[in-house]
Amino acid sequence: MLIINNLHASVDGKEILKGINLQVNPGEVHAIMGPNGSGKSTFASVISGNEDYKLTKGEIFFEDNDLLELNPEARAHLGVFLSFQYPVEIPGVTVTNFIKTAINASRKAKGIKDMPAAEMLKKIREKASLLDINSKFLSRSLNEGFSGGEKKRNEVFQMAMLEPKLAILDETDSGLDIDALKIVANGVNKLKSKENAVIVITHYQRLLEYIIPDFVHVILEGKIVKSGSKELAHQLEAKGYDWIKKELS
Amino acid sequence: MDLKEKLISSFMAFEEQLDLSSEVHNIRSKSFDHFEKIGFPTKRDEAWKYTSLERLLKNDYSIFPKKENTIELKDVKKYFLYDLDTYKIVFIDGVYSPFLSDTTHDGIDVCLLSAALSKSKYKKIIDKYFNQITLKEDSLTSLNTSFTKEGAYVFIPKSTVAEKPIQIIHFATGKQGSMLLQPRNLIVVEDNAQVQIIERHQSLKNHEVLTNSVTEIFANERSNIDYYKIQNDFSESSLIDNTYISQKHNSNVKVHTFSFGGKLIRNNLNFYHKGENIESTMKGITIIGEKQHVDHYTLVHHAKPNCNSYQDYKGILSDRAVGVFNGKILVDKIAQKTNAFQQNNNILIDNNATINTKPQLEIFADDVKCSHGCTIGQLNNDALFYLRSRGIPKKEAKALLTYAFANNVLESVKIPAVKARINSLIAKKLGVNLAHDL
Repeated sequence: MLIINNLHASVDGKEILKGINLQVNPGEVHAIMGPNGSGKSTFASVISGNEDYKLTKGEIFFEDNDLLELNPEARAHLGVFLSFQYPVEIPGVTVTNFIKTAINASRKAKGIKDMPAAEMLKKIREKASLLDINSKFLSRSLNEGFSGGEKKRNEVFQMAMLEPKLAILDETDSGLDIDALKIVANGVNKLKSKENAVIVITHYQRLLEYIIPDFVHVILEGKIVKSGSKELAHQLEAKGYDWIKKELS
Repeated sequence: MDLKEKLISSFMAFEEQLDLSSEVHNIRSKSFDHFEKIGFPTKRDEAWKYTSLERLLKNDYSIFPKKENTIELKDVKKYFLYDLDTYKIVFIDGVYSPFLSDTTHDGIDVCLLSAALSKSKYKKIIDKYFNQITLKEDSLTSLNTSFTKEGAYVFIPKSTVAEKPIQIIHFATGKQGSMLLQPRNLIVVEDNAQVQIIERHQSLKNHEVLTNSVTEIFANERSNIDYYKIQNDFSESSLIDNTYISQKHNSNVKVHTFSFGGKLIRNNLNFYHKGENIESTMKGITIIGEKQHVDHYTLVHHAKPNCNSYQDYKGILSDRAVGVFNGKILVDKIAQKTNAFQQNNNILIDNNATINTKPQLEIFADDVKCSHGCTIGQLNNDALFYLRSRGIPKKEAKALLTYAFANNVLESVKIPAVKARINSLIAKKLGVNLAHDL
């Protein structure tokens, strides 16, 4: 589904990703772990098409589409979704209208008519209840004045609405208390299927207790330096990253 | 012959048709003497530093409408808020159109200033209010006063609520070539009375028209006035709007100005406080492009304690458009506990667009809250990426963000039909179909 070969990316002339290789198949959950500044968020942004990053080398294919040829909206239309670490506040646009606009934009790109209002409403209600979101929340301006937990929950709500093939969760666990974490993880698990895949980017093993990864990758200084099963996450939790650095040198 | 000379000879001709013995004519002639002395403003005047009339004044305008030009309702229907039941006072090239208007004398007066100036039953009101709060030293106001003849007259007596909003519409047909129009409106709202007014100046084809309009608004005690100015004219039409508002105790006046089109627009909006516990609100959305020029020049004179004023102007400028915001807040020594808020935020869509923004606070009282802020920015790239990552195409995402930027100004619009109209004008201006209510 997703094939990344030797990906290099830089921002303001500073190289951050230094040759990432990764393959993700349908039905899989991949966790990407690493210390601050190792390039995790850059990796997520680059897959989604953030133009702030310059790609200097490498390739990304998503279901045989060359992603580097496509702008962010076209990638979204193919089914790539990024849950932002820091969702942007947009005063003046409500959550509901934002999600309606997004869904209909994707449908339009695929040549499908707008979703009928009743169907949209039903879907919004269903997905909101899955994430324990009340209707008042939906008529607020997007992310404006949301708590950290509300922002993350809103990200997963959008994911639930858009039903992506590949969801990248960038530190979705940060800022969540344990109850919110369970709700969010439960939401993600409900959306999982044999056809779609999830990449979970996180500092901590905590989220991975609820979203069980098939593979765990360690990213250090812009490279995936170690891959393993979910046991690797436990080792990282217990021992930190230094032992991997030692192993490498 | 330059425009000023032409105006001088026109004024003499104008006087021949008037009752020279009336008090109003005394006011006209004094005003004309003043205009003759000072002439038009130039860029050397501090208040006109960023807006030049030089080019506009070179046109050979006809000063007097020749006849009433008839127009068909179907041709101009779109300029009305037609899905809203309203009183209407409509002028075509400066001449009253009874056919398009819907005036009343039933409980309130919604009629013509020419009638109010000439009929004895209005004399008391005219003597009390006409030309009482205009800036006598202002050249364009003086010019308008000199040629005062026609416009809207609205009188809402004590404890009366105007049941329907009032639309004041000035059409310019362009049939007589370039034209100078000088409508004069007088709005008097007595104690405990309420009214909503929508004003529009509209050309019917793209031609050089310069409108120099003066509106005096008197908000008496506990009165409530909601005033909407819709400015969405052709690219050769220019408007100088001089609005003077006097407020008494506990009155509440809101003026919304939507400037979406025209060659040059200058809004001189002046609020004078004559009592305590007054609320004054000025809001504006300016969306312009090409070489359009819109200048908002506001003044709030806090002359009594315990009053609030609130200003929020948003500008969205593209191409080589120029915007100006000059907001003057004057707080007298006596005006303690004044609360004056002013905000001017702008987005420049293109590198060649310009905004000049200048808060001007003169505060002589010590126990006041005055805040002002202005921002000039581009659309937030992070927000743009966020929207695009959800599948919203760049153009639509930009429009959505721009729309969201201007949107909160509409929150205070009380008439749903006005809100809907402005909404759709904004969507149209931004070049996208925002199909649903955002």
